[in-house]
This record gives sequence, structure tokens and C-alpha cells, in this order.
Amino acid sequence: MKIVVTVKLVPDPNAEKRIDTSTKRLVRTGVETVLNPYDEYALEAALQLKEKAGGDTTVTVFAMAPESLKETLRKALAMGADDAVLLSDPALEGSDVWATSYAMSHALKKIGFDLLIVGGLSDDGSTGATPGALAEYLQTPLVTNVRKADAEGNSLKLERETDTGYQTVAAPLPCAITTALTFGEPRYASLKGIMGAKKKTIAPLTVGDLGLDREVGVSGSKTALLAANPPAARGKGQVVEAADGATGAKAIFDFLKERKLV
Amino acid sequence: MNFDLTDEQKAIQSLARDFAQNEVKPRAEEMDRDEAFPYDLVKKMAELGFMGLPFPEEYGGAGADTVSYALAVMEIARADASTAITMAAHVSLGATPFYLFGTEEQKQKYLVPLAQGKMLWGFGLTEPNAGSDAGNCQTKATLQNGSWVINGTKAFITNSGTDLSGGTTITAVTGTRSDGRPEISNIIVPQDAPGFSRSKKYKKMGWRASDTRELSFVDAKVPKENLLGPQGEGYKQFLTILDGGRISVAALSLGLAMGAYDEALQYSRDRVAFGKPISKFQAIQFKLVDMLMQIEHAKLMILKAAWEKDRGRDYVQTASLAKLYAAEVSHRVVNEAVQIHGGYGFMDEYPVSRMYRDQKINEIGEGTNEVQRLVIARLMGL
Ligand SMILES: Cc1cc2nc3c(=O)[nH]c(=O)nc-3n(C[C@H](O)[C@H](O)[C@H](O)COP(=O)(O)OP(=O)(O)OC[C@H]3O[C@@H](n4cnc5c(N)ncnc54)[C@H](O)[C@@H]3O)c2cc1C
Ligand SMILES: Cc1cc2nc3c(=O)[nH]c(=O)nc-3n(C[C@H](O)[C@H](O)[C@H](O)COP(=O)(O)OP(=O)(O)OC[C@H]3O[C@@H](n4cnc5c(N)ncnc54)[C@H](O)[C@@H]3O)c2cc1C
Repeated sequence: MKIVVTVKLVPDPNAEKRIDTSTKRLVRTGVETVLNPYDEYALEAALQLKEKAGGDTTVTVFAMAPESLKETLRKALAMGADDAVLLSDPALEGSDVWATSYAMSHALKKIGFDLLIVGGLSDDGSTGATPGALAEYLQTPLVTNVRKADAEGNSLKLERETDTGYQTVAAPLPCAITTALTFGEPRYASLKGIMGAKKKTIAPLTVGDLGLDREVGVSGSKTALLAANPPAARGKGQVVEAADGATGAKAIFDFLKERKLV
Repeated sequence: MNFDLTDEQKAIQSLARDFAQNEVKPRAEEMDRDEAFPYDLVKKMAELGFMGLPFPEEYGGAGADTVSYALAVMEIARADASTAITMAAHVSLGATPFYLFGTEEQKQKYLVPLAQGKMLWGFGLTEPNAGSDAGNCQTKATLQNGSWVINGTKAFITNSGTDLSGGTTITAVTGTRSDGRPEISNIIVPQDAPGFSRSKKYKKMGWRASDTRELSFVDAKVPKENLLGPQGEGYKQFLTILDGGRISVAALSLGLAMGAYDEALQYSRDRVAFGKPISKFQAIQFKLVDMLMQIEHAKLMILKAAWEKDRGRDYVQTASLAKLYAAEVSHRVVNEAVQIHGGYGFMDEYPVSRMYRDQKINEIGEGTNEVQRLVIARLMGL
């Protein structure tokens, strides 16, 4: 089975972020780039499947990102992916989901897969629309929010996490899934993995390799990001003076009740 | 000059940091209180490859360099000094002697499981009456019918009595040199050697979750081939072992200082006095600046020593300076970190109180500050 995992390379979610008001883009200088956290779960799912299936199952990670971020992919290789493919091209800059998933789908077709595992949400763009768009372009079924997967011959048995419990779903291969965070905590990259990762390949792809019949980048996008604003600063909190714990608790309770929060 | 870490060094540093912050730090208080050796953490560190970090892959190690090793010890010590010394003593004192001086057979038998972290190993140099003056070794080993028969006592030996401990390599007097001075050799003593026993764990002020014991040898017997390296080379060998160990104990001291600084910085922003966070007071700012300045300085020295070692250069003086300096920096930084915490810093529930206790041994173990100055003065040709 050939498993491909998409990983977006995003600014460190733990770093303080700033948006450049003139370009409306995130200021990336001084902020480390990391694997999108949801995609680490997707990769964990792929590695678990590989361990279970054994044999000739391989895991390839795929990212569309500037060439300068290439080394960030090493971590995915250190965690256990077999190889990586990086699609980079200045022509892709400013792509919205419409254009991104179009370009990505062509690259994924070129790479080929039995199972495509996509993270549920990126930490920066956060549209959550890429998985659906990819499945559409690739004409594969899509099962979202998967917490457990078993490959059985040419099909998959999947468990979908829902608010009320879980569902068991069967799907044929090739197929695309997104993973739920309950699939399992992403593993650490071991030292052996880190040392071995430098010998693994990160194959480059450019727009020219894809044979697209549509534009990508800003001109190939339908939506335009007009402004990205920080959340409104929170107002000053209200301090309640209370004689003792019970009076204090009552004051807090009344405050919450007034706002219909309890 | 290039101050950039390689991608690999960065990856190892970030793995060690993630592991230390997520798995080790939340446990540090409890382990310290209960004097509980962290078997599960050692197992995880072994799986990740930390317990054999600098040894070649063919011997079960990860094949990383000394810079990576120093960075990893720093990050783990930043979360918990006990866990860091367990790793550092295992690698630098337990496993390294086999790597440097072992025969191929000894490497296969001991180094491989040690590097894989399946077994821990101690290094027994110190005796009740021979610490700084380790050459004044009283433990004796004599060859009788193809076995070394050992008599004596070793004091303060790290990793010597855990359930994972496979044995200890000790220094012992094996004869008299032609100049009349005692001849010292290193002897491999497995845990099950007849006549070899370990005391209970010492009750310690710091490093309480690490395993430190007294070892006693009463007609203890090991086979003749348990000699490590040539007979009579023990003194030279342990000096070489201690030279390399200085980089990791320096990293351990620095990691502790970094951890205390992290705590103090955060606390200074949270704690309000006279209507503002204490980080707004110049007196507190100056303390934090001085702490950071010394941390950065020590880091440069340690990484330079590691870098020299990785290039096969003479690193001994740099490593000794780094060990001494980092130990003294950890003393000052931890002290100020408690000061910044005020009364809360004296309370068990604040990590800085543990760090304050954990710090002192940095100025004593593997060469006291005084002995370090002696060593450096000698290297300076004084
Ligand atoms: C602040 C901001 C706001 C944006 N708003 C919009 C918008 O409203 N509409 C719009 O069309 N575009 C928008 N974009 C552009 C959009 O982020 C990109 O097109 C992006 O590559 C895909 O969308 P996403 O980041 O929302 O990913 P999501 O759809 O949230 O990501 C889901 C999964 O798709 C995969 N994935 C997504 N992008 C990549 C990639 N480049 N490489 C590999 N895997 C990937 C990952 O596995 C990820 O977990 C925005 C970008 C930013 C930075
Ligand atoms: C928790 C812990 C773990 C340890 N682990 C190990 C281990 O795994 N293996 C091992 O072999 N040892 C280990 N040790 C022992 C440690 O290395 C020694 O304690 C240390 O070297 C000092 O020796 P000492 O305690 O005998 O002090 P002493 O040598 O008695 O020193 C007492 C004081 O005299 C000073 N002094 C001594 N000689 C001179 C001199 N010539 N000039 C000036 N001042 C001098 C010293 O600096 C010190 O201040 C450990 C110790 C501890 C506390």
C-alpha cells in the first residue's frame, strides 16, 4: 500500500505572531516553521498503518511550500516517513484553497497513492476546506475525522469520531481520509530517525512538472484575503471583592448566570 | 566562524526539549520528593536513543556528535537534574570506558546493551578516603587462579544499584609500578560477581531521584579477562574519561541554570508588588540580565569544547574551564532565581527550591571547583 500524507509547513503555533498590515501576510522572520500540528497526527496514523501492514507499505509526505522551508520536512522523515515530495514554485504564491488544492491534486496524481491522509485543519489558513477540495479534484471518496483505520485487502475499515460516539465506515482504495486527534499522539522522532533522515530523499516538483491547464497563484485564485486582523484586545476584567470564599463564589456564580453561561 | 547548529543538531536539541518539557518536567517535583528512580523515563530515553547518543550505530548508539550530546543533556537538565545525571553518568562514565578502551568482545558484550539503554553501568573511582585524590585508591585486586580477587569500598557511585544496573567498572590497585608507586587498573565488575554488594541508596540533598550507592568488595571475584584496557593503565584511562565527562557535566550545570532562569523570568512577569509586575523593577531586570549573560557565556564555552572534541582537537582545557564556569554560573543563577521568587522560592511546590538543592553537587562532582582550578593551572603550565 502506498500512503501519502499531506503536511503543511506553518509558523510555530507557540510563537508570538504578527501580521504585516501592508502585505496582509504573517511575518515569518524570526518565527520557526514547523509541521502543521494536525498533520503530525495524520503522519502518526500513516506510520501506525505501515507498522500494522508491514510488507511493502510506504509512507510519503507531501508539502506545497517555498523551497526555503525544505528542511522542515526532515522532521517527518525522522518520525519515520520513507520519503518526501516538495512542490515549490514562485507561481504558487498567494494561492487560495481553490488554486492550492488544484495544484496539490495534480502533484498527488503524479506521485500516486492508495491512501491519502490529510490533516483536518491548518494552523495558519485554517479553512479546513483543502481535504474536501482535494477529494473532489482527485475523484476519491473522503472519510473525515477518522480515529482508527484498518486496511483489509483492497478496502479500508474506518472509525469516524462523532459528537455522539463513533461510526464504522467501509471505503475502497484509493481513498482519502482526514484524521481525528484521537488517532494517537504523534510519536517523537527518535535519534536514529533523525540520523537516518538526512539520507532520505526530498524530491522537488515545480508547476512545470504538473501539466496544469489553469492558472495558480494570485491570478488563479477566486478569493482574495483583504485583511487579517488580530483578535480585538480583551477588555479589563471585573474584580469582585468578597469577604470570604462563599460570598466570592456566589458573586462569580451570579456574574456567570447574568450572562447565561451557567 | 559559524555559530549555526547543523540541521541534525537542531533536530536533536528540539527532540530533547520536547521530551524534557512534556515528559520529564511534569514529574520532577514528585520524583524528587519520593526519591523515585525514573525507570519509565529511562526506558523512553533508551527507545529514543538518548542513552547511547554519541556512540556509533554499529555499537547500538545513535552516532550523533558531542555538540548534540551537550545540547541534549542541557535540555534534560533544564527540566530535571536527576534525570540528566542518570543519562550523562551512564553515557560518559558508564558506557564511554568500554567504547574507548574495550576489546571488540567487551564492546559487543557491554557497550551494545548499554548504548541501547537496556542496561545501566556505573563508574567507581571515588572511595571513602580517595575523592579529589583519586590516585590514592585503596581498593586492591590480585590475580588468583585466573580470577581478580577484589577488596575495598567505593563511595558515591551513580547508577550502581538500579534494577537496570548491570555492573560497575572500578579502579583498583593491581600491583606496584617500577617507580614504587601503586599500579592502577580498571576492572569490570558485573552486578552478580560473588563478594560484590551495594548499600542502600544514600539520602541526598539533591539529585534525589538519581541512584547513588556505596559499593563493597569482600573477596569479590571476576574473571581475569574483566580487565578494561591494559593492566596498569587505569590512572591514565580515568583521567581521559573524566576529560570527556566534563563537557556533559558542564552541560548539566548549564541546563539547570537555564531551567531556573525560565522559572524566574516567568515568575517575574506574573508576580505583582507595589502595583506592577516585579519584572518592571530595575533591580529584578538587572538580575535577569546578569543571569542570561552568564548562561550565554557558559553555553559558548561548552559548545566550543564539544566542537573541539568533535574535530579531534585538544579540548581538555576548554572543557575544564567550561565545567568550572558552568558550575559557578549554576550556583549564581539558581540563587538569584530563588531570590526573585521571594518566600515562594523557599517552598517545595516551586521548582526553584528543588533546583537550589540540585545545584550544589555541580560544584563537587567529577572534580570540585578547587580541583578544576588545579587542573587548569597545571594545563596553563603553572
Ligand atoms: C491567514 C490566512 C487566511 C486565509 N484565508 C483563506 C480563505 O479564506 N480562503 C481561501 O481559499 N484561502 C485562504 N487562505 C489560503 C490557504 O491558507 C491556502 O490556500 C492553504 O494552502 C490551504 O488552506 P488552509 O491553510 O486553510 O488549509 P486547511 O484546509 O485548513 O488544511 C487542511 C489540511 O490540508 C493539508 N494542506 C493544506 N495546505 C497544504 C499545503 N500547502 N501543503 C500540504 N498540505 C496542505 C494539510 O494536511 C492540512 O492539515 C488563507 C491563508 C492565510 C495564511
Ligand atoms: C551525588 C554524587 C554522585 C557521584 N557519582 C560518582 C560516580 O558515579 N563515580 C565516582 O567515582 N564518584 C562519584 N561521586 C564522587 C565525587 O566525584 C566526589 O565526591 C568528588 O570528586 C570530591 O571528592 P570527595 O567527596 O572525596 O571530596 P574531597 O576530595 O575530600 O574534598 C573535600 C574538599 O577539599 C578540597 N580539596 C581536596 N583536595 C584539594 C587540593 N589539592 N587543593 C585544594 N582543595 C582541595 C575539595 O575541593 C573539597 O572542597 C559522586 C558524588 C556525589 C555527591
